[in-house]
Amino acid sequence: MKLIATNAHQSRASGQKDSKTAENGAVELDLSALNERAALAFDAQLLAQAMIELPFVKAGDGRAYSHAALLRRAGYSGDIRAVGDVTVDYLLLMKRCGFTSAVLRADQNAAVGEQLLAHYERFYQASTGALDLHAPRVLEPA
Amino acid sequence: MYHYNAFDSEFVKLRAAQYRDQLERHLRGELSGEEFRPLRLQNGWYIQRHAPMLRVAIPYGVVSSAQLRTLADIADRYDRGYAHATTRQNFQYNWIDLEDSADVMDALAAVGLHGIQTSGNCIRNVTTDAYAGVAPDEIADPRPWCEIIRQWSTLHPEFATLPRKFKIAVSGAEEDRAAIGWHDIGLQLRKNESGDLGFEVRVGGGMGRTPIAAPVLNAFVPWQDILTYLEATLRTYNLFGRRDNLYKARIKILVKAEGAAFTQAVEAEFATLQARGPAHRLTEAVLSRFSAHFEDKPGVAGVPSHFVATQSIANEDAKAYSSWTKRNLRAHRVAGFKAVALSLKRAGQAPGDMTSAQLRAAADLAERFSAVQSPTGQGGELRVTHEQNLVLPWVREADLPALYLAAKAAGLAAANLGLLSDLIACPGGDFCALANARSLPIAEQLLQRYEDIDELQDIGDIDLHISGCINSCGHHHSGHIGVLGVDKDGQEWYQITLGGSDGSTLSGDTQPGKVVGPSFAADEVPDVVEALINTYLAQRDTSAERFVDALKRLGHEPFKAAANAARRSTARQPVAA
Repeated sequence: MKLIATNAHQSRASGQKDSKTAENGAVELDLSALNERAALAFDAQLLAQAMIELPFVKAGDGRAYSHAALLRRAGYSGDIRAVGDVTVDYLLLMKRCGFTSAVLRADQNAAVGEQLLAHYERFYQASTGALDLHAPRVLEPA
Repeated sequence: MYHYNAFDSEFVKLRAAQYRDQLERHLRGELSGEEFRPLRLQNGWYIQRHAPMLRVAIPYGVVSSAQLRTLADIADRYDRGYAHATTRQNFQYNWIDLEDSADVMDALAAVGLHGIQTSGNCIRNVTTDAYAGVAPDEIADPRPWCEIIRQWSTLHPEFATLPRKFKIAVSGAEEDRAAIGWHDIGLQLRKNESGDLGFEVRVGGGMGRTPIAAPVLNAFVPWQDILTYLEATLRTYNLFGRRDNLYKARIKILVKAEGAAFTQAVEAEFATLQARGPAHRLTEAVLSRFSAHFEDKPGVAGVPSHFVATQSIANEDAKAYSSWTKRNLRAHRVAGFKAVALSLKRAGQAPGDMTSAQLRAAADLAERFSAVQSPTGQGGELRVTHEQNLVLPWVREADLPALYLAAKAAGLAAANLGLLSDLIACPGGDFCALANARSLPIAEQLLQRYEDIDELQDIGDIDLHISGCINSCGHHHSGHIGVLGVDKDGQEWYQITLGGSDGSTLSGDTQPGKVVGPSFAADEVPDVVEALINTYLAQRDTSAERFVDALKRLGHEPFKAAANAARRSTARQPVAA
């Protein structure tokens, strides 16, 4: 997972803005209406982007984890970048849901982030970053 | 019971190390209190009124004697010599210094214990029937499913920051002993008409300020698909649950507000996951691997069903022993065995509290009398119950007199299971920063008032539940008599409710109790409870009619009248509830 310092971060050029692209280039998925499940079917234009930024609007708001997982399930293979309130203690969760880069909040220490990303080698759920993250596998006996 | 493999053991140790790093960064000032909070919560550390509270996960309430001994050692070394069994089958400490917290996590990890996901906005420790795997009325053993769900939900990356906490309960029996209707997800094992195993899935139950019994979302999910169904439900909640209002963030609010749209959303996501192919289904091989952990050990087989006592009961103990065998034993799936409850409800100690000496005594009892699960004969097995008691699940009938005498010597033989004094209570305002009022003094007064076993047996089965605030940790909503602490002008007041149900056969369909009237003063509450009991005793049609049945037959009015007649300080100026 690529960690990016805030001052090195250039927000994606927003040339191809559509309803799903906010001013800063971060993708804002419109998931407000439960009965409009079509909102979760990403359009081809979005999936063709080389990079999609998913915002963590505030600490504790975990919707972007599901957004990333759903993008991977839809076959998206580009860079999924975490932006917003991104702190080192959550990088591992992000990586495991399919994020491939993160713009750290200005006060965060990237070296600590790298350590935390390497803290566990294995998990109970199916393996990291793969498209089948959510296959309900449970670990084989060690 | 499930025995940790090398991966499980390593995992909890890594988790303890991760927590130590977080604590140290916090103590060095690199991690603010606000940012440390969700991290410590997901390891079980709350900050309470006096000190941090640690909630230790006891997965689906199954604990070994060795683990109990470690809990006792921690109580002595880091706390004030006791621990507290909770309504979610866990243990809590109330007096550990935060600076010691990482050392405590290491001590727990050494015996496979931890506080992972016992607090915070995540999937909490899964709970089940305390008699799982030994009850004769089981459709299927829920323990392999609990273990599968434990593993699936442990550090699941997508569901670590949900809108709010999320509690899953599993029942495998005809009788619901896990109050599954009060959970965010309640799973009931069922067989369909073809005899295939699956789950009735209830979603959106919960207590708190908006008590709701979970409706059935899907009447039969095949067992192969249960994790997929959980995933679909959790994902829908993670995406659409409210995050703008703490009090409306539980899944019950989403389910209630969206109704059929919620069901459709979950079913659509479930269908999408299923369409991805067989890799997303659980297989016989996986289930067998988990079930193998819960197979009966050789010691269970071949026990003669006839009763040959290994110790005899002296005449002076005969009556008490008889009471104990009537109340505290439960039928067992295996002939010649009983499941035996050790009551943690007695005057002088808070409900569910155990001193370190009692923890060790219970470990001794489990090793002597409930150890057939271990191939070596070492290491007994116990269960922590939803009602804050312990259960020894593997007791030979021949050992019952010896067990009784040993339990009595340890202060663990109160014969009150299911009776009035077997009350549920949260730690309340004595410990909890959230509480509006104290629970424990009310519980203590009632425990002192109702100590006579003959009187308790005459009153019979009744659920009395006490919460110190609307967060409902003491499950007042599900009590036949519920007591709720409320704050009014900085003083302690108590609302009394009647007719709540945990969903058991005795109590009826899961439902919250109804408020009797304006709140009562603290010193009135024991008298109000007594007035309710006396009304029942005076008006029951036979001694076989239980409190909750009399309540249904007579209606609430005579009980309300009796409660209101017990008012003293609140008689003239009733305070609005």
